[in-house]
Amino acid sequence: MLARLYGPRGWTAIVAALAIVCVLVPLANLVAPPESVFHMPDYTVALAGKILCYAMVALAMDLIWGYTGILSLGHGLFFALGGYAMGMYLMRAIGRDGVYQSDLPDFMVFLDWKEYPWYWAGTDQFWYSALLVLLVPGVLAFVFGFFAFRSRIKGVYFSIITQALTFAAMLLFFRNDTGFGGNNGFTDFKRILGFPTATSEARVALFVISGVTLIAMLLVARFIVTSRLGRVLTAIRDAESRVMFSGYNPAHYKLFVWTLSAVMCGIAGALYVPQVGIINPSEMSPANSIEIAIWVAVGGRGTLTGAILGAGIVNGAKSWFTVAFPEYWLFFLGLLFVLVTVFLPQGLIGLLGRRARKSA
Amino acid sequence: MIRFLAVIVVLACAVVARAAPPDLVFQLAAGESDEKVAALNTLVVEADDSVPPLLQAFLGGNVQFSPSEKRVFIVADGKGSDAVTGKPVSELPADLEDVIVNNRLRRELDGGIAALKLVASDPATRLAAAAALQGTLEESRLPIIERALEKETDPRIKGLLELTRAAIQVRSADPETRLAAVRALGESSNPATKTVLLSIVEKTGDTFVEPNTEVRAAAERSLRSVERRLATGERIGRIFSGISLGSILLLAALGLAITYGLMGVINMAHGELMMIGAYATYVVQNLFRSFAPELFDFYLAAAVPVSFAVSAAVGMVLERVVIRHLYGRPLETLLATWGISLILIQTVRTIFGAQNVQVENPVWMSGGLAIMTDVVLPWSRVIIIGFALVVLLAVWLVLTRIRLGLFVRAVTQNRAMASCVGVRTGKIDMWAFGLGSGLAGLAGCALSQVGNVGPDLGQSYIVDSFLVVVLGGVGQLAGTVYAAFGLGIVNKFLEGWAGAVVAKIAVLLFIIVFIQRRPQGLFALKGRTADA
Repeated sequence: MLARLYGPRGWTAIVAALAIVCVLVPLANLVAPPESVFHMPDYTVALAGKILCYAMVALAMDLIWGYTGILSLGHGLFFALGGYAMGMYLMRAIGRDGVYQSDLPDFMVFLDWKEYPWYWAGTDQFWYSALLVLLVPGVLAFVFGFFAFRSRIKGVYFSIITQALTFAAMLLFFRNDTGFGGNNGFTDFKRILGFPTATSEARVALFVISGVTLIAMLLVARFIVTSRLGRVLTAIRDAESRVMFSGYNPAHYKLFVWTLSAVMCGIAGALYVPQVGIINPSEMSPANSIEIAIWVAVGGRGTLTGAILGAGIVNGAKSWFTVAFPEYWLFFLGLLFVLVTVFLPQGLIGLLGRRARKSA
Repeated sequence: MIRFLAVIVVLACAVVARAAPPDLVFQLAAGESDEKVAALNTLVVEADDSVPPLLQAFLGGNVQFSPSEKRVFIVADGKGSDAVTGKPVSELPADLEDVIVNNRLRRELDGGIAALKLVASDPATRLAAAAALQGTLEESRLPIIERALEKETDPRIKGLLELTRAAIQVRSADPETRLAAVRALGESSNPATKTVLLSIVEKTGDTFVEPNTEVRAAAERSLRSVERRLATGERIGRIFSGISLGSILLLAALGLAITYGLMGVINMAHGELMMIGAYATYVVQNLFRSFAPELFDFYLAAAVPVSFAVSAAVGMVLERVVIRHLYGRPLETLLATWGISLILIQTVRTIFGAQNVQVENPVWMSGGLAIMTDVVLPWSRVIIIGFALVVLLAVWLVLTRIRLGLFVRAVTQNRAMASCVGVRTGKIDMWAFGLGSGLAGLAGCALSQVGNVGPDLGQSYIVDSFLVVVLGGVGQLAGTVYAAFGLGIVNKFLEGWAGAVVAKIAVLLFIIVFIQRRPQGLFALKGRTADA
């Protein structure tokens, strides 16, 4: 099955399909007239862009959980940190167009602050914020992972302390004094790199960038899991002690993939914020991070494409449920968790694979 | 108890109550200024509940007297009543004269009314009167305060009166009185005395407010001793709230210590099982209110076993239906039980609504144990600490003294061997999981007495309770106990020092670092453990 999924033809097909989506959506939104059936409203473009960002997170989760066997319950933190780093730039880009017409963001005026705190320095430069998007989640993950993997914390312990980490971060960001807008976070963005964010063109552009980034990430992830490094990662998942006894140091491999995964989440968060228009501490809630795991589980762990598929299906269902039957969404999500873990450990991709094998 | 005392006081008043002496009332109405004041003072001393309205009438100018009959009448809207007996009078005498109330008498009457309120039988009236006295600080009120202090039983009112007395005395012209007052203040543990003492030692410009050096030195000494006492009180309060938080963490974590520590099941729905226990308490409370309101104070006696049973039943069903299939796959268990928790939350939301529900404390749990003026330990929290210890003892007995506990430990240590010697491991799993879930229900029942009961109740405790179990060491009851109380107390001390949110963050970071250093928890199982 592995061979078939990662065969050149299958991969070309998947990447091509994603690329076609990236072309079709702009066409449907910008070219098709509003009354035509092919027209895609701005709202749907933003939703699709959001799901692409979630797919990147799922991909990152699949690398660390599906391939390396480390269940992180803190990936929402890295996602949010990337989002906040980008959000800082977007807040600076508002300039004097805020409610209080001050050089400072509205929430700082509200707190009666006179100047930016030191950690905001330089965030008015896009390149610097973009660097922060990579560095903040990356460095945090590296430091955290370095100590965790060195002490050989694994399994449930690791899951629980990552959950505690994101919970602590959420509490920290909820404070007004932390300097990131407290409860409300960042919102009311006006422009990005000089372009206004509220136009169809900006949305489509962000969507295409997200799509291209997702394709790039998929290719990088595929390169990793098919390389020798990927073999070691899978071996760590299946029998860590044996890997160790064979002369490898699992901590190095884990640390690499853990940090990479965090950086991928950071990028996803940075692309997410301008499309959704808000970032607040609830993105760091433990519940959000656990949900990421279910996207991957639904699609199929250790398949990469499954993660993308799962993120699309679960979030698509969420958008539909919260409009049509808001009170049943939690039932559905809960059942999904139970049914997938008990009956469908291979996820949907596994199900398709089994079908294909039967018919063959 | 307080209610009982109040009844006794009221009864006692009823027995001694008699009408005000007629000659005194007449003297108050018709006498010269000095005579009037003397009469008033005597009246106030021998007062009963009929005097305040009478004085009020004097103040209002509604009193007239008849010199010939030597009687006093309250006249309002043309109708008169006897001022002594209060009985209406059909025909008023012809020679009625108005009572002259000059400014001096007016002031004395005001004071008299305030003084009478200080000895009223209703504690709320007394409290209000004592609070009103704080505003005036006149030396003439001292005798009244002294007298009220003799009778006063309520510690709050008493504290207020003592403070007022001292505040008046430290302004006295006589240095000896000031010195005595300042020394007396040093004995108080009332936080408000600090402000009074501070006002004595402070400077206005270059001169001290208090000219006498001896008094000033005494004030400094008193200030230090009050501060010391206040700090002790605060420390006791902190330790208590830390223990209280610890007892709640312990209750929440005991169930986890069994399901996770012994069985290795990561039950993310544990918090929701607590929530179910809290809602079971709510339902029992409502049943008592509708069907047996006279037994309402004892509804907890029924709620405790019911919440245990309901949560245990839900837990056992979960074990049989879902968790059984996932033994040995902890990460999958984590996800599945998370899903279950979502379903349980939404179910409760659908049945009871998304709003918090009201769970009332029984009367015997309200109020508190006052160890110092500003340190009051709420009964509900004291009782929960006791409850947590009882539950802890019960769990320990179950695990070490009865067959189920023996089997649970056997299955934990070596499932295959236990199965070989005839232990039905599947059934033991179910019972053990039921026990753990039932303990969650008990925790929920206890929580309903001190916190909000809503569908999200469990979510706020799940991170904490897992950390307690992990910190304490897996499979260790003693570790769980130390971790729960330790975390509770550390948390409360940090809170006083840096605020609640920072304290929480610090504790979480501490645990993260701690686990890095000692992945096995505080109390690691000795010996070689297989690599999981």
